[in-house]
Amino acid sequence: MPVDRFLTRRLRGVAQAALFAVMLAFVSPAAFAAGEATPVAPDLELESRVQSLSHTLRCLVCQNQTIADSNAPLAIDLRNQVREQLAAGRTESEVREYMVARYGEFVLYRPRLSATTVFLWFGPALLLVGGLAWLFLRLRRRQDEPVEHLSAAEHSQALALLKGDQSSPEEPRS
Amino acid sequence: MKAKFLVPLFLFFVLIGFLAYGLGLNPREVPSPLVGKPAPQFQLAKLDAPDTYFGLEDMRGKVWLLNVWASWCVSCRQEHPVLVELQRSGLVPVVGLNYKDTLDAAKGWLRDYGNPYVVNVVDMDGRVGIDYGVYGTPETFLIDQDGIIRYKHIGPLNRDAVRNVLLPKIAELTRAG
Amino acid sequence: MIAELGHLALILALVLSLVQATVPLVGANRNRLALMAVGRPAAQGQLLFIVFAYVCLTWTFITSDFSVALAASNSHTATPLIYKITGVWGNHEGSLVLWAMSLSLWTVAVTIFSRNLPEPFMARVLGVLGWISAGFLSFTLVTSNPFHRLIPAVAEGRDLNPLLQDPGMIIHPPLLYMGYVGFAVAFAFAIAALLTGRMDAAWARWSRPWTTIAWVFLTAGIAVGSGWAYYELGWGGWWFWDPVENASFMPWLLGTALMHSLAVTEKRGAFRSWTILLAISTFSMSLLGTFLVRSGVITSVHAFATDPTRGLYILALLVLVIGVSLVLFAWRAPKLSGGGTFSLASRESSLLANNVLLAVATGAVMLGTLYPLFLDALNLGKISVGPPYFEATFVPLMTPVVILMMVGPFVRWKNDDINRIMRRLSVSLIVSIALGLGAAVLIGHVTWRTVLGLSLAAWVLIASIKLLMGRMADRQGASAGARMRGIPASWWGMWLAHLGIGIFIIGVTMVESIDQHVDMKMRPGQTAQLAGYTFTFRSVEGVQGPNFDAARATIDVARGERHMTTLTPEKRLYHAQQMPMTEVSIHVRPLRDVYVSLGDRLEDGSWLVSLYYKPFISWIWVGCILMGLGGIFAAADRRYRKLAERRVAAGALQQTT
Repeated sequence: MPVDRFLTRRLRGVAQAALFAVMLAFVSPAAFAAGEATPVAPDLELESRVQSLSHTLRCLVCQNQTIADSNAPLAIDLRNQVREQLAAGRTESEVREYMVARYGEFVLYRPRLSATTVFLWFGPALLLVGGLAWLFLRLRRRQDEPVEHLSAAEHSQALALLKGDQSSPEEPRS
Repeated sequence: MKAKFLVPLFLFFVLIGFLAYGLGLNPREVPSPLVGKPAPQFQLAKLDAPDTYFGLEDMRGKVWLLNVWASWCVSCRQEHPVLVELQRSGLVPVVGLNYKDTLDAAKGWLRDYGNPYVVNVVDMDGRVGIDYGVYGTPETFLIDQDGIIRYKHIGPLNRDAVRNVLLPKIAELTRAG
Repeated sequence: MIAELGHLALILALVLSLVQATVPLVGANRNRLALMAVGRPAAQGQLLFIVFAYVCLTWTFITSDFSVALAASNSHTATPLIYKITGVWGNHEGSLVLWAMSLSLWTVAVTIFSRNLPEPFMARVLGVLGWISAGFLSFTLVTSNPFHRLIPAVAEGRDLNPLLQDPGMIIHPPLLYMGYVGFAVAFAFAIAALLTGRMDAAWARWSRPWTTIAWVFLTAGIAVGSGWAYYELGWGGWWFWDPVENASFMPWLLGTALMHSLAVTEKRGAFRSWTILLAISTFSMSLLGTFLVRSGVITSVHAFATDPTRGLYILALLVLVIGVSLVLFAWRAPKLSGGGTFSLASRESSLLANNVLLAVATGAVMLGTLYPLFLDALNLGKISVGPPYFEATFVPLMTPVVILMMVGPFVRWKNDDINRIMRRLSVSLIVSIALGLGAAVLIGHVTWRTVLGLSLAAWVLIASIKLLMGRMADRQGASAGARMRGIPASWWGMWLAHLGIGIFIIGVTMVESIDQHVDMKMRPGQTAQLAGYTFTFRSVEGVQGPNFDAARATIDVARGERHMTTLTPEKRLYHAQQMPMTEVSIHVRPLRDVYVSLGDRLEDGSWLVSLYYKPFISWIWVGCILMGLGGIFAAADRRYRKLAERRVAAGALQQTT
C-alpha cells in the first residue's frame, strides 16, 4: 500500500528528528529561562476556531483521524492552512469549501446534506418513527388481546414474585 | 411462516450484499474532485535552475503528466523505472513536482537513478501539493492541451496501469487535440 | 518444534469442535443420551488443546523464536516480558487464537455451571457453540496460521507496536473478547430454544446470568479501551466513534436491550420472539465487528493488516451463522407467541419502549458506520462519517432512553396507573431540569447540550435516591442495614448500573463543556497558566527504557502558592520500529484531571508542551465501573444459584428413576 509506506516513511522522518532532539537534550541542557512561556498560538480565540473546524476535517493520509488529532505532516500543513485562512478573515464554510475543492467530500467528517446523504441524516429519525409505530401497534394489540390463562407453573411463580419470595419454585417441564 | 418474521433475514442479506461488494473496494483511495476541472495554476522554481520559474502555462497545448514525487518516498523509488521507460518511449512528457523535499536530496536521487522528467519544479512547502489535493506520494495527473486534469493515478505507477489506462487515454486526448 | 506442536494442538481442537458440533445434535434429535453426553468432554478437551496451542504460541514470543513469522513481526528480544506475552494478541492471528480460547472457556463454563440443564437442551447449546468454534478455528488454520514459519529465520524481531506496549493493552483485548464471545452463549441458548421450541421463563432464567456476565466483560473491555485511548494517544480524547469502537458499542447497546428483554421474559413470559431476535442480533453484531476489523472494508485506527481472502472467509461464516439462525427464527419464532398481558402503563411497556429505543440507537450507529461503504458500493462517491454525525444523532436518541430508564423501576408489572406514576415523578423531573440549568449557569456554560446532560444526570441521581428510599420503606421496623440486606442482589445490580449511567453522563457533560487546553512553547524555568494552575517547566532529561529512548520533562504543577504535584511526561522513541510515542503524565483528582503531554523539541531549544484541564473526566470510568458492578450483582443473585442447586438434586433424582 503506497500510502502506508508514505506514512511510515514520514513517521520515520519525524522519529529521526525526535531522536535527534533526545540526543540534544543529553548533551546540551537548554539555558535556564525564567518567566512566562509563550503559547504556540497567541490568538486564543482564533485557535479555538481552528481547533473546532479541524475537528471536523479528515486527515487523508491517516487511518481515521481528524487533522486536529493527527501529527502527520499533511495534517499539520492543512491545520496551518485552516489557521491562515481563518486569520485572513475567511469563514468556516469558505475554508471547508476550499478543502472539498481539493480533496472531495471525503474530507468532511460531517457530511453535507445532499441527495446521497439524505438517508444518512434522516435515517435515524425514520428508524425512530418506525420503531415507535411498531411499539405502539404492538402495545395496542396486546392490550386488546383476551387475557390468557397462566400455566400452573407461571401462576405459582407469579404468586411467589408477589410475595417477594425470590426462590420461586421451578416449574416441572419436560 | 409469517412474513414479518422474514424481515430480519431480508435485511441481513441486503447488508451482506453490501459487505461482499465492499470487499472489492479500496477505502483508502479517494477520487480527486479535480478530474475534469482546470489544473490549479502554479509558478515554481525549477529544481536545476532555482532562478527560473515554470508554470502551468508553459505546458499549454500539450498532453502531459504531472508526477508528484520526493526522495524520501519509498514508493516513488518503486515507480521510478516505469517513468524512465515512459520517458524513453517519448510518448508523453512528464513534469516532476518535487514535493516537500530538500534540493540536495532531490538532485542526488535524479543523479543516482536517472532523470525521467522534462522539467522538475520545487514545491518545498507543499502548497501546490495541497492545491492539487495531494495526500500521498507518488501521485500522477494527466493534463490535456487546455490544462484540464483528465485523470489521476494514486500510488506508484506500474507497467499495467501505464499500458492499459494511461496510454489509451493519452492517445485519445492527442487524437482529439 | 514447539510451534509445530501448537499447530497440531490447534488442528486437534478443530477436530474436537467438529465432534462437539455434530454428535450431540444428532443425539438430541434421536434422543440418545450417550451421543448427547459426548458434547461435554469434547468441549473440555477442546479447551485443553487451544490453551496448549496458545501457550506454545506465547512460548515462541517469550523465547524470541523469530523463525515463527508472528513472533518475528510482533516481538523483539528487548521487549519487556509482559509485552512479549501480550504481544501474542496484538495482531490478527494471535488475537484469533485468543478469540477461540475465549469461546472455548465460555463453553466449558457452560458445561460446568449449567450442569442442571435438561440433557437434550444442553446438547443443542453445545452443538451450536461447537459450530461457531469450528468456524473460527478453521478460519484461523486456513487463512491465518499463527505458527507459520519463516525460512530462513530473521535475526531480530520487529517488536510490538509501541502503542500497544501499555498496561491498558494487557487487559483490554481479553476483556473485550470475553464480552464479544460471551454473547455466543446467549445466542446458543436462543438457537437451542428455537430448535426445541422451549422458550419459557425457565429458559430466560438460564440465559440471564450468562448474558449479564458477557455484558459485564464487554462493558469493562470498552471502558479499559477508552481509558487507554485517553492516556496513550496523547491528546485526551476518550471516544472517537471510530468504526472499530462502534463495532464494540453496537453489541453493547443490543446486549443491554437483551438483558432487559430477558428480564421480562423471565418474570412475565412476554417478548419471547423479540428476546430471541435480540439474542441472535447481539451476537451477530459481535461477528459483524470481527468482520469490520479484519476484512479491510472500512478504514479505522485499529484495523488489523488485512487481506481479502480473510474477509471472504468471515463473510461466509457470517452468512452461515447468522443466515441459518435467522431462517430458523423466521420458521420457528411465529410459534413463540403468548406471555402475560400488560397494559400501556406497565413495566413491560416501559422496558419494551426502551428496548426499541436502544435498537434504534444501534441502527443509527450502524447506519453511520456503514454508510460510506453503502455509497461507495453504489458508486455514489466517497464520504466520511465522523464524530459530528454521531453526536448529532446519538444524543437525541439516548435522551428518552435515560429518562425512561429511571421511570421503569417505579412502574408496576402488568398494569399501573399513569396518574400515580406522574404524581410520583413529575416533581423530580422538574427539579432535575432546574438543577441541570442551575449547574450549567454555575459552571458558566449554558448550552442546550450542557443543560440537557446535567438535567439527565440530576434526574438519574434523584430518581435513584427516591427508588432506594421507596425500597427501604417496604419493610418498616427493621434496621436500615437489615433492610438493605433484605433487598435482593439483582435489585442492587439494577440500581447500581442505572446510577452508573448518571455518573457517566456527569463526566461526559462536564468534560465536553468546560475542559481547557493550551499548547505552549516552554523552556526550563518558564511557567504557563491554565484553569488556575501554574505549570513550571523544570527540566528535560534523557532516559533509557528497555526498548526505547526517551526525553522526560519535569513539570511542577501548583495552585496559587501550593505545590500540587510534579508531572513527568515523556517523548519516547522505540528502537525497533523507530516510532515516536508520547507518554502523558496525569494528576488525577476526583473532580478533575490535569493532563500534560510533551511534544517535539523546537529548533530554538524550547519544547512543545500540551496542557489540559479535564474536569470530572474520571467520572466516565467510575460510571462504567458502577455499571459493571451492577452487572456482577445482578448475575450473582441468589435465585440463580438456588436454581442450580435444585436442578442438581432434580437431576440426581431423574437419573435414579
